[in-house]
Amino acid sequence: MDAAPDPEHEHPARPVVELTDAVALLGPYPALAGATIRVDPGEIVLLRGPNGAGKTTLLRVCAGLVPLSRGEGRVLGHDLRTERAAVRPRVGLLGHSNGLYGDLTVRENVRFWGALVGATGDEIDAALERMAVGGRLAEVPARKLSAGQRRRTALACLVARRAQLWLLDEPHAGLDAAGRDQLDDTLRAAVAAGATIVVASHELERAGSLATRTVDVVAGQVRSVA
Amino acid sequence: MSRWRVALLVARKDLAIEWRSRVVLDQVLPFAGVTMVLFAFALDSDAVLERVAPGLVWLAVLFSLLVLVQRAFAVEAADGALDALRVAGVDPMSIYWGKGLSLALQLLVLEALLLAAAVVLYGAEVPAEGVVLLVTTSITATPGLAAVGTLYGGLAAGFTGRETLLPLLVLPAVAPVLIGATRAVESALGTAGAATSDGWPWVGLLTVFAVAFGVGGSLAFGPLIDE
Repeated sequence: MDAAPDPEHEHPARPVVELTDAVALLGPYPALAGATIRVDPGEIVLLRGPNGAGKTTLLRVCAGLVPLSRGEGRVLGHDLRTERAAVRPRVGLLGHSNGLYGDLTVRENVRFWGALVGATGDEIDAALERMAVGGRLAEVPARKLSAGQRRRTALACLVARRAQLWLLDEPHAGLDAAGRDQLDDTLRAAVAAGATIVVASHELERAGSLATRTVDVVAGQVRSVA
Repeated sequence: MSRWRVALLVARKDLAIEWRSRVVLDQVLPFAGVTMVLFAFALDSDAVLERVAPGLVWLAVLFSLLVLVQRAFAVEAADGALDALRVAGVDPMSIYWGKGLSLALQLLVLEALLLAAAVVLYGAEVPAEGVVLLVTTSITATPGLAAVGTLYGGLAAGFTGRETLLPLLVLPAVAPVLIGATRAVESALGTAGAATSDGWPWVGLLTVFAVAFGVGGSLAFGPLIDE
């Protein structure tokens, strides 16, 4: 008897994100006003647009945090109308804060997030190494890290908890030039390891060189694709 | 992963943070100790102190609870960790149980030390027949305090001015615990001729309170931290 098809591997080229005429309200106002976007596996998509254009809301819709009022949406094969709870554990949303515990070491932070999904010690070590926060740095309390090291630790937490879609809101903010280079390298490494990334950024030159595709978000709509 | 396993992970993480930061040892315990010493100075009468010792111990516990709850949620808010847990789809009930468990364990240690301090500072005596009641009172009062503290700590964490909001929310809610635990400890110590058997109905009240707030808090915590 054949095994039942695994829905996650049935269609390898199935889009990771697929929104069609998506409308999302923040209070009475439509922060997304009919956005349509498709993100395929392995892409790094840059969302660009002015403040208040709807970039952050688009990320939060994809993370299953903001419900759709109208339109259709699927993330990692899950319907955003009926399966938002199933989306959250597989998506990593990194905003302006890193979600780290300052009194815990880098390793303890990554281990905590990994343990929530049953990650093994080897997986934790691999996550630390992949984001270049292993070795002696792993034993340093998070509060003693530089901004770039904190960012990379937060990304290691996403790796440890096996997030497949990374939604990054201004990931380069607060980093110096070296930190930005290192962040870009780690993001490329993450994609090479199977992640898909959507980045909202105002730093167009930096994020643009990283992205495989750029999308304009204007007044809650996805206007153009470069 | 089961709710309890996630709750244990959260509790272990909170206790590791406490062990590393030593806030209970370096700040909460001295704060509670100073509070009890000040009570002693303010009342300045051995007879009165012995009479009111149970109430003073639980008042010191309540004040310490506020500091512990503030701390428990400050570590979550400092770098957006509570938001990150929510975003990652971690079951709010597990977060509630985990943080409550960690808080309860810290409170138990604190209560034991404060009761010992009451014996030294206020001359309180613990008769042998009162020991079981004393321990049971602590074990039943603590989950109720932890349940209320965690629930309102999570609620206040989302507001500006959370430091002043938390006492306003918590202190009225834990008044039944203060009354019940004080009466039960009075019975355990035989204060003013109270019999040990008089304390057990109060233990019943503390148990009902802990169950009610435990169940209510488990259900309400998710919606409260979600907004």
